[in-house]
Amino acid sequence: MPREIDREGVRHLMEQGAQVVDVLPAQEYGEDHLPGAANLPLRRIEAEASQVLDPSRAIVVYCADFA
Amino acid sequence: MYDYRAGIQDWMGAGLPTEGTNTERPRLVDVVRGDVPTCSLGERLGDVRSRVVAAGWDACVVVSQERVVLGLLRAEELQADPQLAVERVMRPGPSTYRPFVSVTEMRRTMTERNLPNSPVTTSDGKLVGLVRKQDVGIRQAPADRSHLEQTSGLRALVLLDRPRVPVGIVEEAEA
Repeated sequence: MPREIDREGVRHLMEQGAQVVDVLPAQEYGEDHLPGAANLPLRRIEAEASQVLDPSRAIVVYCADFA
Repeated sequence: MYDYRAGIQDWMGAGLPTEGTNTERPRLVDVVRGDVPTCSLGERLGDVRSRVVAAGWDACVVVSQERVVLGLLRAEELQADPQLAVERVMRPGPSTYRPFVSVTEMRRTMTERNLPNSPVTTSDGKLVGLVRKQDVGIRQAPADRSHLEQTSGLRALVLLDRPRVPVGIVEEAEA
């Protein structure tokens, strides 16, 4: 179960080399995303996460907002 | 694994940098003036006005201890009775804008609503700075400068560019 994290927590983890994943569709990702974030849209995340992400490093996932 | 539930809207709302095609278009975070004077509700207006004029501004944002925007003092409000508390004079709850709003959109909004300036805040209402008409490319009319000179007692305006490097001076005769 993912742990909820706030903005400052994200910044702290990014400084420590966490992997950041944007689960929005590719077009939205292309317009704006967190620095260094990879794009893994939700419908592809299960199939591709193990190939793209390093399980030994922290992973932060985000979407547009709370909705 | 961590879930940043507030998402990219929260991130951009705080004025933090992003990557992507939208970063090629100027946004309020690129032009906002973070050095706008601030004051608190209980301060005496006369004290605030002195500080604002000395800093070369004609506006002041009223904030809480946590820098949440509570109100706005524009040139007209700053000319009220100096003995009054800021809370009695300010414009309460002004419209605020997020750092990721495009300059083009803000220029349109400020023109349609005839806004001389507007606070820019994070999504939780904390002050990032003030954006003025000239910051989004709206030329300041001569009448505006005359009003400033009249209300502040200034005889000339020093035109400042960021980061506050003088680029010219407008003498009284030219205004």
